[in-house]
Amino acid sequence: MTQAFDEMAGDGSGPVREGYHALSEWLRQAPPDLLQARSRQAELFFRRMGVTFAVYGDADSNERLIPFDVVPRIINATEWARLEAGLKQRVGALNAFLQDIYGPQECLRAGVVPAELILTNPQYRPEMQGRRPPGGVWCHVAGVDLVRTGEDGFQVLEDNARTPSGVSYMLENREMMMRLFPDLFADHRVRPVDDYTDSLLGALQASAPPGSGDDPTLVVLTPGPFNSAYYEHSFLADKLGVELVEGRDLFVRDDTVFMRTTEGFRRVDVIYRRIDDDYLDPLTFRPHSTVGVPGLMAAYQAGRVTLANAVGTGVADDKAVYTYMPEVIRFFTGEEPLLSNVPTWRCREPDHLKAVLDRLDQLVVKEVGGSGGYGMLVGPAATRAELEAFRARLIADPGAFIAQPTLNLSTAPTLAGGALAARHIDLRPFVLSRPGAVEVIPGGLTRVALTAGSLVVNSSQGGGTKDTWVLDD
Amino acid sequence: MRIRIDHVTCYSYARAARHIIQVLRLTPSGHDGQQVGEWRIETDVDASLRRSEDAFGNIVHTLYTERPTDALTLRVTGDVSTSDTGGVLSGQVERLPPLVFLRDTPLTRADAALADYARSVRPGRTLDRLHALMDAVRRDVAFEIGATTASHSAAEAFALGRGVCQDHAQIFIACARRLGVPARYVSGHLNRSDGRHAQEAAHAWAEAYVEDLGWVGFDPANGVCPTEHHVRVAIGLDALGAAPIRGSSYGGGAEQLSVALDVRPVQAASQQ
Repeated sequence: MTQAFDEMAGDGSGPVREGYHALSEWLRQAPPDLLQARSRQAELFFRRMGVTFAVYGDADSNERLIPFDVVPRIINATEWARLEAGLKQRVGALNAFLQDIYGPQECLRAGVVPAELILTNPQYRPEMQGRRPPGGVWCHVAGVDLVRTGEDGFQVLEDNARTPSGVSYMLENREMMMRLFPDLFADHRVRPVDDYTDSLLGALQASAPPGSGDDPTLVVLTPGPFNSAYYEHSFLADKLGVELVEGRDLFVRDDTVFMRTTEGFRRVDVIYRRIDDDYLDPLTFRPHSTVGVPGLMAAYQAGRVTLANAVGTGVADDKAVYTYMPEVIRFFTGEEPLLSNVPTWRCREPDHLKAVLDRLDQLVVKEVGGSGGYGMLVGPAATRAELEAFRARLIADPGAFIAQPTLNLSTAPTLAGGALAARHIDLRPFVLSRPGAVEVIPGGLTRVALTAGSLVVNSSQGGGTKDTWVLDD
Repeated sequence: MRIRIDHVTCYSYARAARHIIQVLRLTPSGHDGQQVGEWRIETDVDASLRRSEDAFGNIVHTLYTERPTDALTLRVTGDVSTSDTGGVLSGQVERLPPLVFLRDTPLTRADAALADYARSVRPGRTLDRLHALMDAVRRDVAFEIGATTASHSAAEAFALGRGVCQDHAQIFIACARRLGVPARYVSGHLNRSDGRHAQEAAHAWAEAYVEDLGWVGFDPANGVCPTEHHVRVAIGLDALGAAPIRGSSYGGGAEQLSVALDVRPVQAASQQ
């Protein structure tokens, strides 16, 4: 790989980039051991608080601490304004797209997206056809993964429109940094992120079904402590001031959802669910799901409960559908996309497949329905045997994959082995939707690949995180 | 012909269930070959029944019991007037485009063996291929009660080479989709030609979408297209999606189930 664009140094030829002056000066003057000491402190705090993330398939540790890097990632006000506009446009279009897919399907008739790609997609839920969720909001919480390859090169890598996670780390990282580096905050005008939970609460309340009154009852529905993001589920329930429930704590009677409490039954109006569609209701979806609520879909279809996100949003974060997002944005907003996609080969198309097979060792190949960095191929880092095994999978089921060039992600200064070094990063901002409004929280989760040269930032693959500072004008 | 159906399902629970919820797809809709007359769902416990329509256009009732229940009987009685349309469906409610019925489900996903089997159907017009497929499934999968369960997939039943009408239908559906033909599952009833009115279980077959013709029924267990003896009740992507009853009980423990089904012509057909 050639030298990547660096968030602090740019291409290295000029002065430090806007927004990084104070930090770069501070880093230059900090005593050598200070960052190390703060880093150890951070780890101790996180361990005490139990901020963990379970990595599936990791026999050594059921619960791991996500490594935290103490050097913040900074986004200046000008950059952020552009990002924010692009994210609002994109998530607005996502919601309009979902409303259309499950409604009149004009974008299919107009040929914007191939009908077959949507209607045969396992994430398209026929159960939602012709339905409109309360308030018309489909994707209450979205996490949009962005990568950067140059000064103006923010691109969307993928949309997470099902149950995006990571927001608890955004909030915890900020608290940690304020505790460890109060002097640095005094030198910067960092926009706060801690009103995220108030915004989320507001968005969920505003999306409550009609007739739930001024103070709708919300719950966070978790699959339970064995889920990799359980810490986040309990954290959010706590911050929102609502009950954290499992499927067995809820039941449905007369198309209404109730929660068992110590004071008897209580009607539930809004469920912030961190369970995938497939497991939500054993009477509609997977019959052996033990983490869902039997009859939940009956209540949902009767319009008596809000699910956030709505059922069926997964069709919008399918990676093959992603490749059509620029056209989707044009179709629903009448505007040019402010944020571009990463160029992507659709392996379902024979000429694309051939192009991919011809240069497999240079590409990143992903499963269209995958997430968390599982089951992907990073060509340049793969062994010959891995490449051949993946080639066979591609030929056997081309429609299950997309491929992208190996992007030279931007880097940011990161504490590695006692010294500062450039490490590749990405960014997942969180976007909240309520009836008639889309809001982007100023910041997000910056993920960092801690191994020198590595491009894989996923927490499930051992990546770390940083605090993300959006500067005020 | 007019066909009368009397379908009784009894559940008993090891302990009184605090609360039972069931999703019922037991009520047929009309189409050009089928007019629904009297139709009732009754239960012997205090329960509310809420009627709705699902994404596939099926009439659905959601049943919620109101007090602890150790036994529950559902009785469905009704009559339907049918006529033979050669298996071609018209005048029915279609809520979804045919493309939706190309998608796989866990119960209907073809494995390598089923995909090969589908490919072995001789090339030709779609309708001819579907008839050939129906004949092949009837020939190659023996009808045998007890060899499979309701949760067996098409691929599993095909590997056994045995099954009941649910398996025949799902194997047909899996292969049709592999041939690029949208296909779906139908649950319903059959007025048997041998005059056995008392039956062990409801019937099932498949429908496939043929360009310029629309949806056409295929009953691979019997090797025929549906006739005036078939009563079409519900459709789905697979047996689970069209299941007559899907339910859940809270605190009932082990559940026992018994079914009594009687399907007969309203006027006994004249002796041939």
